[in-house]
Parts: sequence; C-alpha cells; structure tokens
Amino acid sequence: MDLDALTGCLTTSACLVTQTTSGLIIGMLLFLVAVGLTLIFGVLKVVNFSHGAFYMFGAYFAMTAYQFTGSFALAMLAGAIGTAIIGLVFERGFMSRVYGHDVLMQLLVCYAFVLIFDDVVRMIWGPEFKSMGMPTAFQVAPLFIAGGVVPPYYLLLIGVALAAALILGLGLARTRIGKVIRAAAHNPGMVSALGINTGLIYGGVFALGGGLAGLAGALAAPVRSLTPGMGFSVLIESFIVTVIGGMGSILGALVGALLIGLIRSFGSLGFPLFTEGLMYLFMVIVLVSRPSGLFGKEVA
Amino acid sequence: MSEVRAEQGTALDVSRSEPKSTRYRDALIALAAFIILALLPALTSSKFLLDFVIRCAAYGLFATSLNLLVGYTGLTSFGHGMFFGLGAYGFGLTMQKTGVPVPVAFVATLLITLVVAAVIGAICVRLKEIYFAFVTLAFQMLIHSTILSWVSFTGGDQGLRGGIPRPPFLGIDLSNHLHLYIFSCALLVIGLLLMRQIAQSPFGYTLRMIRDNATRASFVGIDVYRAKLTIFVLAALFASVGGMIMALFVSGAYPEFAYWTISGEGIFINMLGGVTTFLGPMVGTVILLILNDTVTRVTEYHGIVLGIVILFFAIGLRKGLMDFVFEWVAQRRDAARERAP
Repeated sequence: MDLDALTGCLTTSACLVTQTTSGLIIGMLLFLVAVGLTLIFGVLKVVNFSHGAFYMFGAYFAMTAYQFTGSFALAMLAGAIGTAIIGLVFERGFMSRVYGHDVLMQLLVCYAFVLIFDDVVRMIWGPEFKSMGMPTAFQVAPLFIAGGVVPPYYLLLIGVALAAALILGLGLARTRIGKVIRAAAHNPGMVSALGINTGLIYGGVFALGGGLAGLAGALAAPVRSLTPGMGFSVLIESFIVTVIGGMGSILGALVGALLIGLIRSFGSLGFPLFTEGLMYLFMVIVLVSRPSGLFGKEVA
Repeated sequence: MSEVRAEQGTALDVSRSEPKSTRYRDALIALAAFIILALLPALTSSKFLLDFVIRCAAYGLFATSLNLLVGYTGLTSFGHGMFFGLGAYGFGLTMQKTGVPVPVAFVATLLITLVVAAVIGAICVRLKEIYFAFVTLAFQMLIHSTILSWVSFTGGDQGLRGGIPRPPFLGIDLSNHLHLYIFSCALLVIGLLLMRQIAQSPFGYTLRMIRDNATRASFVGIDVYRAKLTIFVLAALFASVGGMIMALFVSGAYPEFAYWTISGEGIFINMLGGVTTFLGPMVGTVILLILNDTVTRVTEYHGIVLGIVILFFAIGLRKGLMDFVFEWVAQRRDAARERAP
C-alpha cells in the first residue's frame, strides 16, 4: 500500500491529468467490449462468454490490415467488420442452437470457441507477443493539459468510443430498428408474429456486439501488446463492468466501465499489489447492496 | 435437459424404496474399487498407469464435487477450479512454511478452504444462473491474479518451487511413489463415498428439489440460501482435496491450478460423463485425461481439437456418455417390467 503516492498524485494537476486520461482509455475500451456483452444479453438472454475472443480478433485484424494498407481508418474498419461477420456466423451457426437450454450448454459452446479461437490466432499469427505500433498520423508530440502528458491518440480513442456510445444509445432509442430490437428483447414471440424475422435481429445484434468488441480491439492494438488469449482478462473485466452497471443497460455499462477504468489507474498508484482486488471489492459491494447493478432494472 | 430430469424422477423413487441396501451397496462397491486399485501396482509395473490413476483421483474428486453443484443443485459454477488451486497452494504453502506433519497441513488446508468458500459462497449463491457462473469465475480470476502478483509468498508465475516436504507419518511415506499412489486412491474412494452419502441423504434430495423448483422448495420451508451455501462449501472442500493430491503428485503448486481453464475442464468433464449419474464425472475425467494426453502428443493446437469435441457433445449429442448408459439401463428395466406383468 502506498497512500502517499495516491494523495500526492491527487494533489498535483499533472499527475491527476495523466492518471485520469489513462483511466479513461481503459474505461472506454472496456465500455466498447462491455456494451456488446450487455446488448447481447439484453436481447438474446445469453452471456457471450467468448466475447473476449472478438476483442482479440479485432486487434489482430487491425494489425494485419494496417500492415497491408498503411491506413489506420481501414485498420479500424477491418477490426470492426471482420469481427461482426464472425459474430454473425457464430450466432447463426452455433449459439442459436442452444437458446432455451440451460446455462451449462451455453457456457460449453462458448468455452469451446474460446479454445478454438485462441488456437486459430496462435496458428495464423504465432504464439509470440505482437505489436502494431502507433500509426504514423499519431506520431506527433503529446499535448500538455494542465501539466499532464496526453498523447493525441488517447483523445481519438476516447472520441471514437463516446461517438459509438452516442450512436448506439440514440439508435436504440429513436430509430425503427432500435424499436424492433427493444421489442425483440421484451417479447420475441410477439415480434416474430408481427412478421419480423427475429433470427435476423438476433444475428444482427450479435454481429453488432461482436463488431463493437472488435472495434475496441482495433483501437487497443496500437497501445497494447497482442497475444493469443489477450481477450480473456478483458472479458472478465467487462463482465464486472456489466455486473456493476446492470445487465442490459447501456448507460450502466458506460458508468461501470469508467469507474473500473479510474479504479484501475488510481488504484495502481495507491495499492500496486491490490489493483485487481479493488475492482472485485467494488463489484462485491455493488452486488451486495444493489444485486441488479447500479442501472439494472431486473433483480439478478 | 427436461426429459433427462424427468427420468431422474423415476430413479428417485427406486432409490427411496430401498435406501438401506443402497447404502451398504455403495460401501461395498467403494471397498471393492479400492481393493482393485490397490492391487494394480502388483499387476503392472507401469509408472505411467499409476501416475494416470493419481491424476484421475485429483481431477475426479474435483469434477465429482462440481457435479454436486451443477448436476444436483443446478448451480453452474464456472469458478470451481479456484478451490482446486486453493487446495494445492494451501497445502504446499503450509508444508513449506511451517513444516507441520501432513495430516495437520491437510486439515489446515481444509479449514482455509472452508473459510474462503464460506465468504465467496455467501456472496455468490444468492445470484441467479449466469450471474452465479460469472461471479464465481471472477473470484477465480481474483485468486489467480493474487497468486501471480504476490510473488514473495506464492512464487508468482514460477509457482511453488523447491518441492513440498513430505515427512512420513503413521508409517506412510508420501515421497515413496507406491505410498503416494495408495494414499491418493484411498482419498479418492473415501471422497467419492462421502459425496455419494451427501447425494443420497435427505439433504441431497433437498438439493434436487431446489434445482427443479426453488420457489416450491422455499414454500415447503426449506432455507434455499442456506442449503445452497452448505453444498457450495462442501463441494469446495472436496475440490480442495483434489488440489492437495495434485500438489503432492507434482510436489509443487503452479498458477495453472487456479486458472479458469481448470474450471472449464471441470464443466466439460461433467458434460462429457453426464450429470445425471453419480459416477458420470469420474468417467468424464478418465476420458478427458486420455484425450488430453493423446492430443497433446499429436498436435500443439490441442485447443482446437478439444473445442471440436466439446461442440460435438454440447450441440451434437446434448448428453454425456453416462446419460446414454443410464437411459439404456432404464429402458431395459422398463421393458423387463412390461414383459413380467
């Protein structure tokens, strides 16, 4: 425990800015993964235990696309669209067969794919750590905000994630497709009786969730190292985020992700050995006091 | 799963009508199994086979205890492996740091597991299905990351090295391979017998009722929370014994023992063998270990092979092997009953 470092940081603006931005980017990446998880759960009532693999695929796709085209925008698109396609195939081909079965079956199918996906990545890209490197467009001098160092890429990352949150939130609340998705989450039988292809909706939601995780992976690729199995810790953290925020709530995912991000970045100063523990402790407190999460409606 | 559970109802009637005889029968089967296992070293000198049985004992106890949760209570724990790891580390650390006799360390590890399981269980068992699965998994990751980051105490990612001291006690010398083998077999048989007693006891039937209809169970006056917590802790204790066997076998403890893949394998073993019979997980353990050993010898990508096998069972068959045997026996019995009016 090093409380002096923590209080020292909280009182200097430079350190405060640096830690807050690093907390924000952890939080934003987590949000993109967690919002897909929560969306899939909200509509399909399954927890995609292989969601971390989509994050991993997004990162690898982005790295490869960047190596071939040299365009960062294309790399991000490749990460998001590539994983969305995998998500669609995965849902239609496999997950849709275990709806309505008990949790054991769903977990097993996902578990099988975690093993398969990790090995596929190992086969194609090799088992060693990879690094995409910072795109040339962002290899510029960092900004100084109130004395704190902020790389411009961090701002882009936060901006993209916020835009995704906004589009998703508005899209679900205001558009016709959003309305259909919400209806399907509520009563799929009724929706399909009205002549809407619920299978397509399910596949689409899964693809959207997978694509968001892939986008997170693509955004993370320049700042994190790539390795098979990199998605698993992200999966656990984003699950903690959804538990804190409340399953099925997009706002909850955003708030939960930011809280976890800040806990991680400031916790690593004050409690270097117990950073992960802090996260779990926070989850336990929320679970005990509000079992349905901060923004959840149903009781878990 | 509903049709399988319906059939379990018929099995329930049968075992209820003759509880005494099944109890003696279980003890006799356990004794016979132990004698056969104990005679095995006299028949074969293959160290590989004996090692295989020891590993089966470790994983078998772990998987069968998981079945108490998954199959009997309907609690799909995805973090049960944490107690396996806790057993291995608890035992290894107690032996390394304090040098107490083996039985004392054994009991101490069980006590540690009891406390940890009671705390984690108290938080987890009030949660529903998927929440329960993931929060147990989250706790597993907490324990794993604690082991990794607390290098001065646990050795971090290197694991507990330098071997676990195994001083002889009561004429049993666990550094002797044969003694270790017999000791593991004894623990396996006793553990299985105890778990069988739990499963066949009135408490075991309470658990089945909670699995099938928790609301009804609480209406007839059962404290569902308490029953779930009790079985969570009991299952953790047996998993911990499995971990201790593993620690004794490899004379160390490694972070992999507490990693989530152990829990995943446990779930898969239960699926493979089937959760409707008591010995299903044991059968699953033997199959998975053989499968693991063969596949790792053939290819380095054993995740793909294992994943396809899991998909085949989960989507293709939707049942474990012992479920098929169980159904076949039940069909035969029904047919025989029809023929003899």
